[in-house]
Amino acid sequence: MGETNFLIKLLGDNLITVLLISALPLGFLVVYALLAILGELKISAWMQERVGPMRTGWKGVLQPLAEVIKLIQKEDITPDAANKPLYNLAPYIVFTGAYAAFAVIPFSEFFVPSGINLGLFYIFAVGSIGAIGIVMGGWASNNKYTLLGAMRSVAQLISYEIPGAMAILSIAVLSSSLNMQEINKAQTGWFWNWFMFGGPGSYEKLWVIPFTLGLTLIYMIASLAETNRTPFDIPEGESELVAGYHTEYSGMKFAMFFFAEYANMFVVAAVLVTAFMGGWNSPFGSFLSGPLWGAFWFIGKSFFVIFVQIWLRWTLPRLRVDQLMYLGWKILLPVSFICFLFVSLFRMLN
Amino acid sequence: MINYIKSIWEGLWTVLVGMRITLLHLFVRNVTIQYPKERFPIPDGTNGTAMARNRLELDMDLCDGCKRCSRACPVNCIELDILQVAKGVEQPILKNGDKRNAWVPSYEIDFAKCCFCGLCTSVCPTDAIKHTTEFEYSSYKRSGTVSYYFDDKKDYDRGLKFSFINLTEAEIEEKKRVLAEFKAQQAAAKAAATVAKPEAQTEAKTE
Amino acid sequence: MNETKKIQLEYSQMESDRMRLNVGPQHPSTHGVLRLEVEIDGEIVTEVIPHIGYLHRCFEKHCEKMTYPQVIPYVDRLDYISAMNNEWPYVMAVEKLLEIKVPEKVEYIRVIMAELNRIANHQIAVATFGLDAGAFTPFLYFFRDREYILWIMEKCSGARLLFNYFWIGGLAHDVYPSFKQEVLDAIKQVRKTNAEVMNLLIYNKIFIDRTANIGILPADVAINYACSGPTLRGSGVKWDLRKDDTYSIYNRFDFNIPVGKGEVGQLGDCWDRNIVRMYEMEESCKIIEQAVAQMPDTGDVKEAIPAKLRPPKGAEIYQRAENPKGELGFYVVSNGTEKPDRIKARGTSFVNLSVLPVISKGYMFADLILILGSIDIVLGEVDR
Repeated sequence: MGETNFLIKLLGDNLITVLLISALPLGFLVVYALLAILGELKISAWMQERVGPMRTGWKGVLQPLAEVIKLIQKEDITPDAANKPLYNLAPYIVFTGAYAAFAVIPFSEFFVPSGINLGLFYIFAVGSIGAIGIVMGGWASNNKYTLLGAMRSVAQLISYEIPGAMAILSIAVLSSSLNMQEINKAQTGWFWNWFMFGGPGSYEKLWVIPFTLGLTLIYMIASLAETNRTPFDIPEGESELVAGYHTEYSGMKFAMFFFAEYANMFVVAAVLVTAFMGGWNSPFGSFLSGPLWGAFWFIGKSFFVIFVQIWLRWTLPRLRVDQLMYLGWKILLPVSFICFLFVSLFRMLN
Repeated sequence: MINYIKSIWEGLWTVLVGMRITLLHLFVRNVTIQYPKERFPIPDGTNGTAMARNRLELDMDLCDGCKRCSRACPVNCIELDILQVAKGVEQPILKNGDKRNAWVPSYEIDFAKCCFCGLCTSVCPTDAIKHTTEFEYSSYKRSGTVSYYFDDKKDYDRGLKFSFINLTEAEIEEKKRVLAEFKAQQAAAKAAATVAKPEAQTEAKTE
Repeated sequence: MNETKKIQLEYSQMESDRMRLNVGPQHPSTHGVLRLEVEIDGEIVTEVIPHIGYLHRCFEKHCEKMTYPQVIPYVDRLDYISAMNNEWPYVMAVEKLLEIKVPEKVEYIRVIMAELNRIANHQIAVATFGLDAGAFTPFLYFFRDREYILWIMEKCSGARLLFNYFWIGGLAHDVYPSFKQEVLDAIKQVRKTNAEVMNLLIYNKIFIDRTANIGILPADVAINYACSGPTLRGSGVKWDLRKDDTYSIYNRFDFNIPVGKGEVGQLGDCWDRNIVRMYEMEESCKIIEQAVAQMPDTGDVKEAIPAKLRPPKGAEIYQRAENPKGELGFYVVSNGTEKPDRIKARGTSFVNLSVLPVISKGYMFADLILILGSIDIVLGEVDR
């Protein structure tokens, strides 16, 4: 499958390179999380005609850093009645689930931490690890609110895996590959070659565009549910469950949950970008394309998706548990099946 | 089936409408006031507005010790003592030109109790007690919360109890002495009068 | 039909553990220090027991040690987000005991102030209801607008929340010269934001799904529990003391009483109670516009304030008025001195809260929070 990793080319295939490759996404993740928290704070503020944090640094840009420092300093409280090993382990498992997904995310033409052939499948497989961590934390806290939050979270994650997977499956059909890098390569060219717009092809593909757009939307909705974002933030719905599954957590362990949420946001945004929006491909054909520009486009597109997630969060109210299930099983799933059917038909005809 | 599709469409459409509104608000000028730098205006009694009801302030040169404020207070946060003026010996004058009837040796307002209703200011005949626009009670120093006018008096640990007197200890003692002397004088005069009266009465009787 | 019955039967035979959940008094959305003892079966609420008294301040007993004007600051603190409306029935009660005729200008200013405060109250009610549903943005839009109203009130009375503005026989302070213009500007802003929130929140499909068909309060239950205000009108009962037991000068204005119609769900659900508040803001705007147009410019607001406040011995009165939350009444007994013998307040929120256990059974736990939000209680008035 060729060398897709510039670090291996540069340093050779040894242990240090492997460590470096795995450290690179972590470093990116830290910087990205700070940026995303700042974005969340500022975008929500501007949408509500506020100014957001203004005291730390120029216009408050250092606010996320200050919050991280605050969380590190905070006393780490473990409830007396909690199941201590599980309670302490839970946040790290949640974060592991989020971070493991970074292994197959193609940041650029020449950098993907691990170019395995089952990339998309892998992401869906490790994405569910987070649910275990959430249940663990919710149950081990020995608190009724956290237990309710954890129960809701599992139900939600499991139900929304399916429409999300259906959407991704259609991409696998269109690109005839599960390798993230191959999917990207299949979308080279102008933006109408993205799978969001039916993938590369002539005018014959026009009739399939509504279905691919629908699949994009379905994946977007399902990804919101998988990352516990509004309108699907019922596991931590603060108006009824105080803070949901992480009610009892404080200090650095809470920070891990928080970090994992933002990491997950990036993962689903990256999958959406890779599968539907051309990944690291420039939207303008060969204009501004190349390995470095590729990273720029990829991260830029992901940030746009994250912006949409933030935008939705500050616009919509929260769904109820049964409505969430209704949406997942009775709307998204049938619609994704229909879209999948037509996309497969399109693939067969060509 | 039609309802099903309609509800999906409604859901999508209303979400888009909401997103449009929030997006437009993204570009609207914010309304936040950066508090310590800029402040929200407080009505200060000019242009026909009411005076903002914040910290009370007392002008001791106007206070006649009539105790109406203390009686009007619904939470009993004003405590004051009065000392009568020895009218024959001295005749102090209030700031507004009226004759002073009483000295006020102690006048304390407990702002931890005060409910800022404004009833005390409305009953004051000389407008001595007034609300100010000052609302920031916090202080960087511990002493700042203890007293307001009372920097020289030590061990004044009564929280937000502010004292408003402008007489010194010595002056108060002096006033007390003067009043006591005056009272003693009056009593003596009265006694003399009562002694004189029965005499006169007996004289009248004998006549 | 048979199938549902069969499922229900099977469900009732299922042995499931019920969990007792303690919601409050430090819960983020119990609107104060209310404690709800909730029994839930999974996510379904089977029993709700409200526990009150965390904010009890002995208001009624306290009043017996106060002179009549001194009670007014305490009345403010009952339903602290609509203080003007609280003062009004109390002040009217004492005025009727003393047989004081209030000047024309004072009546108009009182109407304008009470309606502005009604708007401010409903803004908070709708905002926090949206917050309970998870929508944070409309909350801040409403709070931005409420600032305009509070600014007018601050300029008139000197306080932002606990006004002590309506005095027995008059007002604490006359309005300032640009008052009328600023009131009209504030109304304009209120209407603009209301139109926006209608699209952003009220007619949002998710919000409708969340609030319609839950917490259904039938009209007869509402009347049996003596509910009033938007809680009652949401059930379709046209009952508003401003029209049905006209006081002050409300008979001079042309306004409607909005009632719930079951527009998106069943009649008397949470959405209906909420939409009544939205429509009432519009009606209040109409009243204010008319009052501003009719208000006389000249007149002394303090001329009828009596120097001595001693109602005749044994005189008693029950005066009620339409608070934003419903019927607020004060029962005042005089003993001939300057202090009342007894004051009893009929707290709106207290009476409305009593219906919560009845209407929240069988719904989801998340719905319980919304039902509580739709009743719009203020714990200062519940506990007094």
